Amino acid sequence: MPQPGFFTAIPAANGIPGMIHARFKLGYPNFVLDVDIDLPGYGITALFGPSGSGKTTLLRCIAGLERAQGGLLRVKGEVWQEGARFLPAHQRRVGYVFQEANLFPHLSVRDNLEYGYKRIAPGARNVQMEQVIPLLGLGKLIERRDPSSLSGGERQRVAIGRALLTSPNLLLMDEPLSGLDAASKQEILPYLERLHGEMEIPVFYVSHALDEVARLADRLVLLEQGCAIAHGTLNEMLSRLDLPTAHYDNAGVVIEAQVAVQDETYHLTRLDFPGGSLWVGRVEHAAGTSVRARVLARDVSVATAAPQGSSITNILATRIVEIRDEGQDRVNLRMEVGGGQMLLSRITRRSRDQLGLTVDMELFAQVKSVALIA
Amino acid sequence: MDTAYSADLSALWLTCKLATVVTIILLLVGTPIAWWLSRTRSWFKGVIGAAVALPIVLPPTVIGFYLLVVMGPGGPLGELTQALHLGVLPFTFPGLVVASVIYSLPFVVQPLQNAFEGIPERTLEAAATLRASALDRFFSVALPLARPGLLTATVLGFAHTVGEFGVVLMIGGNIPDQTRVVSVQIYDHVEAMEYAQAHWLSGAMLVFSFAVLLALYTLNPSGKRK
Repeated sequence: MPQPGFFTAIPAANGIPGMIHARFKLGYPNFVLDVDIDLPGYGITALFGPSGSGKTTLLRCIAGLERAQGGLLRVKGEVWQEGARFLPAHQRRVGYVFQEANLFPHLSVRDNLEYGYKRIAPGARNVQMEQVIPLLGLGKLIERRDPSSLSGGERQRVAIGRALLTSPNLLLMDEPLSGLDAASKQEILPYLERLHGEMEIPVFYVSHALDEVARLADRLVLLEQGCAIAHGTLNEMLSRLDLPTAHYDNAGVVIEAQVAVQDETYHLTRLDFPGGSLWVGRVEHAAGTSVRARVLARDVSVATAAPQGSSITNILATRIVEIRDEGQDRVNLRMEVGGGQMLLSRITRRSRDQLGLTVDMELFAQVKSVALIA
Repeated sequence: MDTAYSADLSALWLTCKLATVVTIILLLVGTPIAWWLSRTRSWFKGVIGAAVALPIVLPPTVIGFYLLVVMGPGGPLGELTQALHLGVLPFTFPGLVVASVIYSLPFVVQPLQNAFEGIPERTLEAAATLRASALDRFFSVALPLARPGLLTATVLGFAHTVGEFGVVLMIGGNIPDQTRVVSVQIYDHVEAMEYAQAHWLSGAMLVFSFAVLLALYTLNPSGKRK
């Protein structure tokens, strides 16, 4: 008998959690989806691509809301679709968070939260109301009678709670922030990060916002015109120059670092990562806390000799790994800092020629700005 | 005089009985039809939708005529009922029920269909991902959200059955306690120049109809304003 692979059953420290295998082919008159991917059954996997790239369709196929003939879907040893077998949406242990919260307008907030919870067997309820309420800050909202009285961000938090309370094996989120204004986005992001930290439910997160993905995801699947063109860890993907993401205005790497030293005099904090360290504005976290920093390519300039008399605090010794043209006038540099950590820099083509930059050259990277994103 | 009024009361009672039975049947039959019409993408949808709407445009005499043919001794339904030793339906109360259900069907199906069509597909999909089966989604989401439409359908179905005349005359005839409903009774009074009785029955109908429509328009919040 296959074990019902609930997230609590996944050994957290064990390195081989269940895989998710998906193969779908769908042809609409002006749109084709053609993917065949293995995805890890842990962490947050972002399905990233421009609109019309098939992200949402892929998510809907996984949820069973869309039926791709001849598709194949195995989630942690359970077959959800194969040949003639097609598990209907309501029998799949998946939570789905839509772009719009889609709360039931005729039910109170509590009844919305309990809608799915009541529909699963008591023995299968791994996620309890007492967990979800503090996790998503629902304490004050739960007694509201009319969900339409909630703000956009509050509604989306209720929708996430409602999905979590079905104890899903897999949480699917379809651009959950895209319908919200900037303030509501900022309000909800910390909750999504906590979700990531506290719940061991794998999440597929559809987005077309690179900043959001850089902040939340562990892995990235790049979709274009219905095809998965590349997938890998967030770090690896964001530092590749051959992918569409390298052409974004906000192209850049993420750095997983730890809070190391606090400078009381100047109100700065030093972050250490395997390849070096970065000084950033004061971070109120204890030493050793893991943080994620983002360094955009456009914020990194390079020098062939150690800069003297520079106001820039963060100067890292690097080696060029790859150079690629970016449009007519600029180039992207991919540099290794050490410890496998990459850095991107976007400079003019003229600078490249004047400095005579070639692969394997040693360079100093001057980082003008570091954004702490988590 | 007394007997005349008792005939009027019996006509009123019969009308209420007919309208109640017909409304219950209409809701049971009309709801699934309306639900199917609101969700299907089948080409057949147009055919069924048009067939359901026919009574709105056809003269009652045409519907009555065809029902008479189909339910009569030589008609397919007539042969079936005879084979089941039920006799034939025309000029009986059950026959009147069948005819009224067909005649009032669009008045129940259309408001329900509109209400169902107003429910976003995403809301039902959300219910599906929250483990609700199709039947469960219908009862826990679709039906409660279609409540205003359900109320309209009930009132219109009832009121329309009370108000029909042509089909009743064609299928029911004019049999006291069997098929003689208020509208027919009024007709009889007018034919017999009994204007006093025609007045009070007509007045009762007028007040009833107005009260029903008033209830419909005040109870049913059209906008979502509070």
